[in-house]
Amino acid sequence: MWKNFPLFPPSASTLSGDVDAVYFFGLAVAAFFSLLIFCAVLFLAIRFRRRSPDEHGTPERAIVWLEIAWSTIPLVIMLGMFGWGAKVFFDLHRPPANATEYFVVGKQWMWKFQHPTGNREINELHVPVGAPVRLTMTSEDVIHSFFVPAFRTKADVIPGRYTTLWFQATKPGTFALYCAEYCGAEHSRMIGQVVVMEPRDYQAWLVRGSATQAVAASGADLFGALSCNTCHRADSAARAPLLAGIFGREIHLADGTTIKADDNYLRESILNPAAKVVAGYQPVMPTFKGQISEEQLLQLLNYIKTMAAAPAPQQAALGGTEAR
Amino acid sequence: MSAEATSPRINYLNADYGVRSWLFTKDHKRIALLYLGTITVFFALGGLMAALIRLELATPAGDLLQPDTYNRVFTMHGVLMVFMFLIPGIPAVLGNFLIPIMIGAKDLAFPKINLASWYIFTIGGLFILWSLLNGGVDTGWTFYTPYSTSFSNTHVVATGLGVFITGFSSILTGLNFIVTIHRMRAPGLTWFRLPLFVWAHYATSLIQVLGTPVIAITVLMLALERLFHLGIFDPAYGGDPVLFQHLFWFYSHPAVYIMVLPAMGVASEIFAAFARKRIFGYRFVAFSSLAIAVLGFLVWAHHLFVAGISVYAATVFSVLSMLVAVPSAIKVFNWTATLYEGSISWETPMLYGLGFIGLFTIGGLTGVMLATLGIDVQVHDTYFVVAHFHYVMVGGTIMGYLGGLHYWWPKISGKLYPVFWSKLSALIIFIGFNLTFFPQFLLGYMGMPRRYHSYPPEWQVLNVLSSAGASILAVGYLMPLVYFAWSMRYGKPAPANPWGAVGLEWETPSPPPTENFAEIPVVVGEAYDYTQRNYRFPLRDHHEVAHV
Repeated sequence: MWKNFPLFPPSASTLSGDVDAVYFFGLAVAAFFSLLIFCAVLFLAIRFRRRSPDEHGTPERAIVWLEIAWSTIPLVIMLGMFGWGAKVFFDLHRPPANATEYFVVGKQWMWKFQHPTGNREINELHVPVGAPVRLTMTSEDVIHSFFVPAFRTKADVIPGRYTTLWFQATKPGTFALYCAEYCGAEHSRMIGQVVVMEPRDYQAWLVRGSATQAVAASGADLFGALSCNTCHRADSAARAPLLAGIFGREIHLADGTTIKADDNYLRESILNPAAKVVAGYQPVMPTFKGQISEEQLLQLLNYIKTMAAAPAPQQAALGGTEAR
Repeated sequence: MSAEATSPRINYLNADYGVRSWLFTKDHKRIALLYLGTITVFFALGGLMAALIRLELATPAGDLLQPDTYNRVFTMHGVLMVFMFLIPGIPAVLGNFLIPIMIGAKDLAFPKINLASWYIFTIGGLFILWSLLNGGVDTGWTFYTPYSTSFSNTHVVATGLGVFITGFSSILTGLNFIVTIHRMRAPGLTWFRLPLFVWAHYATSLIQVLGTPVIAITVLMLALERLFHLGIFDPAYGGDPVLFQHLFWFYSHPAVYIMVLPAMGVASEIFAAFARKRIFGYRFVAFSSLAIAVLGFLVWAHHLFVAGISVYAATVFSVLSMLVAVPSAIKVFNWTATLYEGSISWETPMLYGLGFIGLFTIGGLTGVMLATLGIDVQVHDTYFVVAHFHYVMVGGTIMGYLGGLHYWWPKISGKLYPVFWSKLSALIIFIGFNLTFFPQFLLGYMGMPRRYHSYPPEWQVLNVLSSAGASILAVGYLMPLVYFAWSMRYGKPAPANPWGAVGLEWETPSPPPTENFAEIPVVVGEAYDYTQRNYRFPLRDHHEVAHV
């Protein structure tokens, strides 16, 4: 028990140093003011100890400048902490544009991962060192929270919506993964690890895996198997909006509002199509709730995103050949 | 002073005998004792749960309790401590006993409602006890959805109803205090002559009245969702699980101030009495209580920084959370300044008061760290948070509560307790507390999540230290229980004013008569005036003059 007795977590992501810096600043502020109060209280309580039973203290009036000083000085320091902390928080929430998207589904009590290449694993996530990784996460049941202390980042994994988390590992190694949101009986066993590998090793690991096809390709298969393409097509027979390039665009809805077509909007449109109908279309789409798993939904979304890259005419041609 | 001369033979404790005289009493002082007995039982039960938690965590493997049992134990620990001890705690016991006396009134404005509050509280407590005895509840005291609505198969509804019911007791107590403080102050007792204990309770009461209905509605919706799947919180029925967190914390964050503001009020009384000096910056301390009550309603989403809320919302709640630290800092600095040129006696209540200021300062400053977005991402839902809120709620509220009990015990019981043992208990609690909770800050930054039944072996040393501290803390908490009980029978009779303190409660005998004062006092000066007498009892003074 006395061997291997750490007091500080390992540091293994590009942002962990930034988080540590603001943490140490916070610690320094806390320690300074705690010691200031402790020393002042102890000194004064001893210096002005009662020397005779009938003695009483000398009252003073409030000194306004003093009150203002000890209100504003801590406030200024705290606003500094706020600003610094907010900067780090924004960095933790802004994945680089070139981040590779991985998919995470939490359930009682395991973590299911899928790589863009289609490789799947449970409670263990292999990633390459030095490459930004973006996780798109959801839960099949209750709220979980994806937490890798060595990367200094954490995000709740919430049923019915997508949350994201990103990191870029700075050194190879194995780092503990915890579920940080209480999720039931085996909460403390909903643990795993992130294995950071040299890019070459990671490629070899991927090839050794049993993936049959990439996530987007699985999504394309689903797009056909679920007959999405009978309505979402480019020709005049289309009863639903064309999906190519839709991801990330502002969409005009039938009720006159606009919404950004992000992961959560597309998810809702598949599971509850009547909720936010695109302007100019009828709410004719059936719900796919209960018909596809969270993993399949993620594959479908990933396919829709890749359609954005594909030139629209190709989609039209594809639709055209199938028409009539 | 005349009141010290002799205690009258008839006081509130011996004015009437028998169980009925207690169960049907309308005397705020007796109702305070009913609460004292009830919350002590709940505190003991909650403490037992804490002991089980710390025993389990003494080893990394989950070997003492089954995971299901462990989850029920920490849930019950939280539910009992928060809803059945900390929230009623100081207001229902010390506030109930002292507010009427401090403002020179014979009772609270609504004595029957006061008694009803205790019954409502006890009935709510029975629901929670029922669920405990029938297998408990395993959602954590926060009842997060959709685990609580659709996945837990424990007594969520019964426990929720218990919380719902006790809420009404809290609302009624708050209402009673607000009306009493507005309407029943003695002649001459203007707002800025009130003891700061009364100001703190006024601010607390505002939160109780405005905030508690929100938790009542939230828990009711939770129960309805669980029973009828209305689709409020569970995404499987079209609900929003994070909405629950917003509603829950809209009450439960201000509830932290329901717990700590009264302790701040106690601290103000103790610092004034044991420095024999008016609290430095009286008005700043008084208004900072109101500022905390108001700002406390605007910070709830700092519990949701990693729950997928927008970064802009998180930014706003981070800066608002910083603001609420300012009035707390004002209080701490003013208490410290009160010691300057004071006449400080190191008696037991003051030891608790000094412990309070130290532990609350650490609790508050680590709260500022948690409000800092970049830090919170790492430590949210870890033992850092556990350590932080125990520093505030145990280090702050319980130190304040025990300090208050030690300060007013001679008034409440009419008896003195042993000096040596009580000073020793303050020391043991301070040491045990820090040993229990300081290591948890380190564990938290290393990433040990809350509510874990087992953990990696490299965290054992710190967990063992924490468990060892908890056993010391338990001894410290048992000691006052023993010597207070002992003093009731064997303690020396207390004079009316054993500390040489200023305040209306010290102008009446110990223990006070049922009507508190033979005649209504007239207040002619400010609170804590140790240079001249600031209360007059026209008849009594006249009587004295006649005899001289």
